[in-house]
Amino acid sequence: MPERADRFIHTFAALADLGQEVADMNSFQQMIRTSLHLLLGSLAIMRGGVARFSRFGGELNFLAMRSMGEDFPLMLSLGRDDVREFVNGGLEAYDLNYPLLNGLPFVRNHKKLFEQKQIELLIPLIVRDELVGLALLGGKASGEKFDAGDKAVICAMARHIGVGIRQRNLMAELERRAQENRQLYEDLKLTYKDTVKAFAAAIDCKDKYTEGHSVRVGRYSEAIALELGWDSDQMEGVAVAGYLHDVGKLTIDRTIINSPTRINAKESAELNKHPQTGYDILMPIHHPFADVPLAAKYHHERIDGRGYPDGLYDRDIPYIAKIVNLADSFDAMTTDRPYKRRRPAEDVIEDLYKNSGKQFAPELVSAFCRSMYKEMTGESKQRQFKRMLGKDYIQNEKVIPMLKDVLNGIAPTSSLTLVSLD
Amino acid sequence: MITENLLEVADQAPSQPDVSVVYATDYLNKLTGEKIERECKERLNGGCKTLVLNFRNTELVNSIGVSILLGVIDAASSAGAKVVFSDMNQNTIELFDMLGVTKHVELSEDN
Repeated sequence: MPERADRFIHTFAALADLGQEVADMNSFQQMIRTSLHLLLGSLAIMRGGVARFSRFGGELNFLAMRSMGEDFPLMLSLGRDDVREFVNGGLEAYDLNYPLLNGLPFVRNHKKLFEQKQIELLIPLIVRDELVGLALLGGKASGEKFDAGDKAVICAMARHIGVGIRQRNLMAELERRAQENRQLYEDLKLTYKDTVKAFAAAIDCKDKYTEGHSVRVGRYSEAIALELGWDSDQMEGVAVAGYLHDVGKLTIDRTIINSPTRINAKESAELNKHPQTGYDILMPIHHPFADVPLAAKYHHERIDGRGYPDGLYDRDIPYIAKIVNLADSFDAMTTDRPYKRRRPAEDVIEDLYKNSGKQFAPELVSAFCRSMYKEMTGESKQRQFKRMLGKDYIQNEKVIPMLKDVLNGIAPTSSLTLVSLD
Repeated sequence: MITENLLEVADQAPSQPDVSVVYATDYLNKLTGEKIERECKERLNGGCKTLVLNFRNTELVNSIGVSILLGVIDAASSAGAKVVFSDMNQNTIELFDMLGVTKHVELSEDN
């Protein structure tokens, strides 16, 4: 076979391998190293290096070098004039003595180094009118000068390497923006959470007796969701639903909410509007958690259909509303109200059990009691119940056996009940 | 005695301690071929003055292989050592001739 054809086949194979290497998206470092080998090996070039251009620092950082010597700098500075001239010239394989190059500060500053290292060609890697890097090449093993055909091959290969570097730059930019977006999203979530908490505080301010009620309902709801094995997003959603479940009370007359005696039928009808009002307030807001308005609307529904506003039965009530209902009822029973003192913990647990399957979904009562049981027995490191109810309110020796009974499906008997039986 | 190395690519001629034989193998044509180059450099650093690269198990040499061999030649030149290519097939000889690689090495039928 004539030598020219052999040479063509060897070079063409290198070009094909290089295209494959860039397209394969292997590790960037590996791609650059392989590409430099292919570039040097295609024409048996004794030495060379490939650098990536960082436009922020105006630096050329060498990613791969072959036979350039240990003392060759890993970074070279490139000025704006250099960059502009390179971009104007496009992707070319320039002889080091090319007149255009000699006018550039970059070449003037480093000419001695390049001559010392026997660099013969300088190839700015230009992709879409952007300088992405630079290749430096030494002489051929044959000692022949680079001819136009050699330079065309070198430019074709350099174009591939340039595309590889640009791809990497785009990926890095994409990653940076994705990271920025993630951070923004986290910030937004925090803002949303803070807003929700501020709203909860505003709701609770209307009623001096129920100060902190919404936050506690949120926390109890979260505890139930944790026991149900919900993921962190779902738990956050149910907590928000708890915080905002009483938002409709903002429109109810303060005298009704703070009435020291039982309210009359008219006032009760007015108060009972708050779930629908809450829904109307929350519905137009784009919540990250879709069920929040439904929790507000249906948190007074009971699974036996005796709740309000719509008297829905079990499966028609949104699950999140059932959770909030249980948390809300528990907090109502365990905090002082204008017209009555809070009930003892044992009494409340009995009530939960008795109303399981009537007001509350049985699996939610179990989940709630399990959460409390784990805290009381130390199985869980959480101290939510003690913190929210006060450390003297729950007496472990009385409450733990009752919770155990509930979890075993046995009707719990409190000491209070026994006292009354005696 | 033949000293086996981790790569199983090299041995040392017992009667000539400054002569090392490195088997090129087909690894030469991939990035992993840099191991062969490192092995050669170690031999050169160890005082080897004649580095024999044996191509007995090398079917063909691609551009990566050529680049790695040029790296070996450069390292040998810096160390003042001689590089000998042996057991090359006709295709490899023609390729190295065409590219001018053979100007920098001695050729031998075998090691």
